[in-house]
Amino acid sequence: MKKISNRSTNIGEFIPQPDDAIIICRCEEITKGEIRKAVHDGMYTLTEIRRYLRTGMGLCQGQTCGKLIKGIVAKELGVSPLDLEPAAARAPMRPIEMRVLGNEGKEAE
Amino acid sequence: MANCADVIIIGGGIIGSSTAYYLAKKGCSVIVLEKSNDIGNGGSSRNGGGVRQSGRDKRELPLAMYGVKNLWPTLSEELEMDVEYYQEGNLRLGKTDAHINILEGLTEKAVSLGLDVKMIDGEQAKEICPYLSDEVIGASWCPTDGHANPMLATLAYYRKARQLGVQFITNQEVVKIKKIKGKARQVVTSEAVYEGETIILAAGYESRKIAATVGIDVPMSQALLEVLVTEAQPPMFYQMLGTAAADFYGHQSTHGSFVFGGTSGFEGVNKDNGIPVTNSLTASCICRGIMKYFPCLEDAKIVRTWAGWIDVCADHVPVISHVEEVPGFILACGFSGHGFGISPTVGTILAQMALGEETILAINDFRYDRFQTKI
Repeated sequence: MKKISNRSTNIGEFIPQPDDAIIICRCEEITKGEIRKAVHDGMYTLTEIRRYLRTGMGLCQGQTCGKLIKGIVAKELGVSPLDLEPAAARAPMRPIEMRVLGNEGKEAE
Repeated sequence: MANCADVIIIGGGIIGSSTAYYLAKKGCSVIVLEKSNDIGNGGSSRNGGGVRQSGRDKRELPLAMYGVKNLWPTLSEELEMDVEYYQEGNLRLGKTDAHINILEGLTEKAVSLGLDVKMIDGEQAKEICPYLSDEVIGASWCPTDGHANPMLATLAYYRKARQLGVQFITNQEVVKIKKIKGKARQVVTSEAVYEGETIILAAGYESRKIAATVGIDVPMSQALLEVLVTEAQPPMFYQMLGTAAADFYGHQSTHGSFVFGGTSGFEGVNKDNGIPVTNSLTASCICRGIMKYFPCLEDAKIVRTWAGWIDVCADHVPVISHVEEVPGFILACGFSGHGFGISPTVGTILAQMALGEETILAINDFRYDRFQTKI
């Protein structure tokens, strides 16, 4: 297990790559290059990346891009994807309208 | 890795990160120790994002007013990152005569302290925010209030401080502060020992346990508050919202989503799993509150809910204080759920305190030993 806790650890310079323009998070339209740059801005965890860029914070809540982002961040940090703590999944499981979520089910009475 | 610095800050939230930034700007070496895996993992990423002056205690108001006047307007520029600050005013809404009474009381108090707040009727409120329910009969209106994105603001301070050479170390749980020759000097974590001329403790509720290792206590408890976010909506309005009945609070973000916080009334007795997990009743309750004031949002989808602990001080005002018994030790905790809006001011003040400079505002009201018994 190789965890990077010291945020001043040298992970090298950001080097542009030909596929940086690929969209990884489709809901929020975040590219591979943006994710890689965020790591160099100091966002070393999946939770920080999503707070910084909104990756995985759209309608699908990261169900599509979660694994891809993990791979990209791990590679940038030079660690195994297994070393990165997974980001928390939250309720509700699917987007749900306020009038439905807020319904106490009293209409039937 | 150097374990020594001019200042050691315990807690990598927005208070710790902003203080680190202002200290680094003055040329200090700083180490920030964070217990969790992520920067800004406590209240800093679990709040409604309010940058409010209205509704604050008179002791805290100068901190908020200073920030709104001097720091927030230029913060994005200074940190070279958009913190999504909007200064579009704060509406505190009322639907009944009892609500209006509460609002009038708050407004009267704020006006006497020199804040530009006034009562408006339902019509005027709808002119400011046309999406309001017709049931709203009045509101208090503070045009200089606003909101910002707490996650981005915290990370912006972190990012800039890091660029200026501040060492942030995560996964470092502080076990104790150790005095050497009567002065706070060492911070012992689960993995290492750090040494600094000054130690600033800004670890939310956890501060209590750490302060106890040098014999200091701050009377506070913790409360779990919940926030929810909708899918992106077309741009509608950018006022900060609250209600007299405290049903909910929130705003629309740059992204288009609405962020709303609120309570269920069971906060004091909810099951505590030791992790900030949401309760199945709360989000539904917040939704009902929102729909009463904004019926037009009933079809907006909730995509996510989350929760976080706030550190509630006995008198709901933070402790920002030197500790005479422990020279070199500074406390910054007990922000009671309204620390985000004042964090730039508090960071500036803490940096000045650590360097022995005169502070921009008086800090006597925030002393750690101000608490008196009732008789």
